[in-house]
Amino acid sequence: MTSAIRYLTKPLVSDNPVTLQILGICSALAVTTSLQTALTMSAALTAVLVLSSATISLIRHHIPNVIRLIVQIVVIASLVVVADELLQAFAFEISKELSIFVGLIVTNCLVLGRAEAFATKNPVWPSMLDALGNGLGYSLILTIVGAVRELFGFGTLLGYTILPTGEEGGWFEPFGLMQLAPSGFFVIGLLVWAIRSWRTEQVETPEHSLEPGEARP
Amino acid sequence: MSEAHTPWRRFLDRPNEDRVKVFGVAFLTALFSAVVVSVASVTLKPIQEAHLAAERAARMEEMLDTLPGMREMMAEAGVDALETRLVDLDSGTFVESADPAAFDLRAAETDPAQSVAIPSEEDIAGLGRRATLAPVHLLQKDGEVQLIVLPVSGKGYQSTIRANLALEADLSTVAALSVTETGDTPGLGARIADPSWQSLWPGKEVANAAGEIVIDVVRGEASGPHEVDGISGATITSNGVAKMLRYWLGDDGYGPFIDRLRTEGL
Repeated sequence: MTSAIRYLTKPLVSDNPVTLQILGICSALAVTTSLQTALTMSAALTAVLVLSSATISLIRHHIPNVIRLIVQIVVIASLVVVADELLQAFAFEISKELSIFVGLIVTNCLVLGRAEAFATKNPVWPSMLDALGNGLGYSLILTIVGAVRELFGFGTLLGYTILPTGEEGGWFEPFGLMQLAPSGFFVIGLLVWAIRSWRTEQVETPEHSLEPGEARP
Repeated sequence: MSEAHTPWRRFLDRPNEDRVKVFGVAFLTALFSAVVVSVASVTLKPIQEAHLAAERAARMEEMLDTLPGMREMMAEAGVDALETRLVDLDSGTFVESADPAAFDLRAAETDPAQSVAIPSEEDIAGLGRRATLAPVHLLQKDGEVQLIVLPVSGKGYQSTIRANLALEADLSTVAALSVTETGDTPGLGARIADPSWQSLWPGKEVANAAGEIVIDVVRGEASGPHEVDGISGATITSNGVAKMLRYWLGDDGYGPFIDRLRTEGL
């Protein structure tokens, strides 16, 4: 049981897919302009990840090695189409904002990465827990980035005013930069820095180091 | 191991490198995925269509709000929505036998009984078929047309563009163009749905003094009342809009109807 819980909790901070493995960055930048889109994207990705891992784990003994990736991608892609259709039917407004990014879950390295690295080698239940843990790890980062960007970009959270902006007679001056893609990089970068200062074992050893003579030109 | 004799078991027991197994697994995966996707798509279609219909209605309201003085004109005429009537595109006359509220333009476009093939030399909008009837929305005052809204559609870069074109009482001046649907590239072609681009349209003339339809979307700066700036990086979408309008305002589209309104009025 403890190992089951570890599958679930390990990817939250100590092996986070976004901040440690630096996967799924593209969507993490694109959909985090507001908290609501970030939450919807997180839910869609987690659902696709769990279901694809379960399916692939279920048929793992019968996937021929030569067409392994094709089978995995076909399974993931169909689940993504279904997720997109569901969003268009039941969350129409948000699906318009997320537009192409739901479809791009197919190319999210996180999903294929878990399928290839974990689900093809492990039974169904651990695969699902691992997928859920990774989905939640991704969701955690997206939620934080989305909340920061919406709060400082608009002064709101989930559409509710937290910091009254100057236009509405308040004091808060929104940072326009927070609504642009670069700020997504900044926030994720700061998060990576914060997590690695706390968990120093995550710091990578530099691949190259300067020769003593070159350090001071 | 009696079950090992069923064909399914024997298939699963084959080694994974076996060619039959490779093709079989590929085929079964594809089949299963196709079934899942198709079922989801078909069962969710009605709900998605309802959203799109609500979206079109909302866009129409939005368009009416952007037209200066429109709400006052409607209040004067004593209506709170435009009147919808069906037009027979070939003769340009109103059809009273069918109920406009029950008319489903999308279903009619593909229904062989309610649509006709567009001759290929006429088909500049790339539609293939068009419905024989079209629902037009109009505002009239004392029997005179004040505003007419024509639903149009045409091929964009990778999707069908649908829009409402509102013409003023002279039936040549654009009151507004409102794109209700496009699936072209987000950030490029899909910008035709942005209010900033649509705001370029009011005041443009679709026809010249001789009555020919000359409205165009051009690269770079538009000059004159018959041209609108295209969207850079989205030439095919921009041209698609121009061709769509030329087709629908031409003889195979609303041309006969507009001519009839000019000469006979309502």
